[in-house]
Amino acid sequence: MTERVAATPGLYPLPDWAKETLSDLKGHQKGDLLSGDESEAIVEEYADVRAEYVDDQLDAGLDRVVEGQGRWDDMIAHPLTVHDSVETGGIVRYYDNNNFYRDPRVVDDLDFSGDVARELERATDLIDGEAPLAATLPGPYSLAELATDEHYRDEAEFQAAIAEFLAGEVDAFPAHETLFLLEPSLVTNPPAEGEESAATDAIATVAAATDADVVVQTSYGALGEKLYAHLVDEAGADALGLDLVAGDRDDTVYNVQEFGATDSLALGLVDGQNTLVEEPETVAERVEWFESQIPAEGFDRTYLTPNTELFYLPTNKYRAKLNTLAAAAEVLD
Amino acid sequence: MVRTPEANREQFRPHDHANDAFLLTTVVGSYPKPKWLNRADELVDDPDSKFDASDLEEAHDDACRLITHEHERAGLDTVVDGEMRRNEMVEFFADRIDGYEFNGPVKVWGHNYFDKPSVVEEVEYDEPWLVDEFAFTSDVSERPVKVPITGPYTLGFWAFNEAYPSTEELVYDLADLVNEEVEKLVEAGARYIQIDEPALATTPEDHAIVGEALERIVSGIDEEVRIGLHVCYGDYSRIYPEINDYPIDEFDVELCNGDFEQIPTFTDPEFEPDLALGVVDAHTAEVEPVAEIKENIRQGLRVVPPEKLTISPDCGLKLLPRDIAYGKMENMVTAAREVEAEIDAGEIDVDNPLADD
Repeated sequence: MTERVAATPGLYPLPDWAKETLSDLKGHQKGDLLSGDESEAIVEEYADVRAEYVDDQLDAGLDRVVEGQGRWDDMIAHPLTVHDSVETGGIVRYYDNNNFYRDPRVVDDLDFSGDVARELERATDLIDGEAPLAATLPGPYSLAELATDEHYRDEAEFQAAIAEFLAGEVDAFPAHETLFLLEPSLVTNPPAEGEESAATDAIATVAAATDADVVVQTSYGALGEKLYAHLVDEAGADALGLDLVAGDRDDTVYNVQEFGATDSLALGLVDGQNTLVEEPETVAERVEWFESQIPAEGFDRTYLTPNTELFYLPTNKYRAKLNTLAAAAEVLD
Repeated sequence: MVRTPEANREQFRPHDHANDAFLLTTVVGSYPKPKWLNRADELVDDPDSKFDASDLEEAHDDACRLITHEHERAGLDTVVDGEMRRNEMVEFFADRIDGYEFNGPVKVWGHNYFDKPSVVEEVEYDEPWLVDEFAFTSDVSERPVKVPITGPYTLGFWAFNEAYPSTEELVYDLADLVNEEVEKLVEAGARYIQIDEPALATTPEDHAIVGEALERIVSGIDEEVRIGLHVCYGDYSRIYPEINDYPIDEFDVELCNGDFEQIPTFTDPEFEPDLALGVVDAHTAEVEPVAEIKENIRQGLRVVPPEKLTISPDCGLKLLPRDIAYGKMENMVTAAREVEAEIDAGEIDVDNPLADD
């Protein structure tokens, strides 16, 4: 019997009050964004933000609770942009969105940071055992794609260094039930033919650093079929996360029918980039429909997730989407 | 296909214009707001303040008068009120179009947010959007007034689409509403309309949608009305030569920011609409010297002859300090007038404009 798990990979929109207080404390310019050594006043604001995120998720009844990543000014590039061996360059476009992040220019060895682990420890304290924690990190392929290498000077070496860095970060995480590795670049800018294994090896390096369920979450459409097959077999993922909102859903169905699937699946079911709030029943039907496309006996788990991060939404709609996911999992129970 | 720019350009030549050559000078639209206006915008929301909506209207009127006159003082041939009444280029219109709703701000980058609206039902035309604004500005101005309008592609794609099966369909409905507004503006006396489509630069593969939207916008609009299209910060090789098919009189583009590297893109095949060329950078806080701007104007002559060249800043100037914005306009006009005189005197070879005389 497949366990249905309502969860999100985090990166939530800041509450409106925090949008104001934090921009007053930090400023609006490029140089004002988070560097990882923020003042006590800023730390306290983020503590309040984190507490609100945890409450939002517990109130909604999600099966996994994330830290919410309110500090991640540069979205999934955050673990690099706060790193001591990284200088931030110009503002660059974040995928195909009207959003921008600071270009992380890696200028020295990527040693241990601990920034994300510290966030997760604080989240763990707040959750206080009421739900299992899910950790979030960029996947190594996407993080390497988003960054500029000015140190390793070799694409393969750079990707491997990023994977080792992320694995080191995971190693310091507090207990977590699930680890989301966000890999939108696998869809938007996939590895060249023949280079797939370098990407999946890098992901496997990070996945091996935890005993938790590892979800490799993709976004912005369907994966190419060859890459999909590599990911299922080699990435060390317990679940591959598939976007069922954007792009051609039939391509994704074809991939799972043709090449099988990981033991668990994560389905991007609610639209993280549209304010239209889905009905839980509709989401539940989509889960059953997708599961029925695959001639297997069933999965260990199906994660019900948004197809992207939720920071694209205004806060009222982000909360509504959390509720939808939790309610959809309940419909299926 | 392009409209007939030669049928509407001469009306903007000032009666006392000193040169035979005429490089039409204009601005893209937005201009730094005086600090007191930002304060006034906030004050009206403060329940403890006696400052009310009619006070704010007076403040907006004062600011529009001030900035329109500032444009005139800089010597521009066509002026704008600096968009003093507008908050943001999508929000302002979404607020006036039935079918949009606002749920709150969303992140653009860092702590910069945008009140991205949602389209929750079919969009409909209610009250005029800009007719009062135009009537006021043309009343206080001695120069012809240009009206910038955010285009339907940007109004559609920079919103959440909850209601339409595709955003393309939303864009076409919005284009019909823009057409209705343009008709009303023309009725009120407007002769220079600029459609702003910054969203096209981020998704150039959608150029055909913008073309179809423009067809709807100009439907029934007389040839003496000048229709411009402003796009900024894009890779123009991906929309050229397709823009030669757009029903516009003028294509307004920011190229100063990229040191005119993209100029050759527009030289083959022959550029058909008039070119409105950005010759000062909207995002550097230094006023370019006249000599430098004159060199920039010559770049435009590589694409079109003087009678098809309009001179403009790269983009709206609203993010600059006000004195810098003014300095840029003033130097830009001086540079245009000097280039005109040099063309009249035969000192610039318009067939080989970069050559030293």
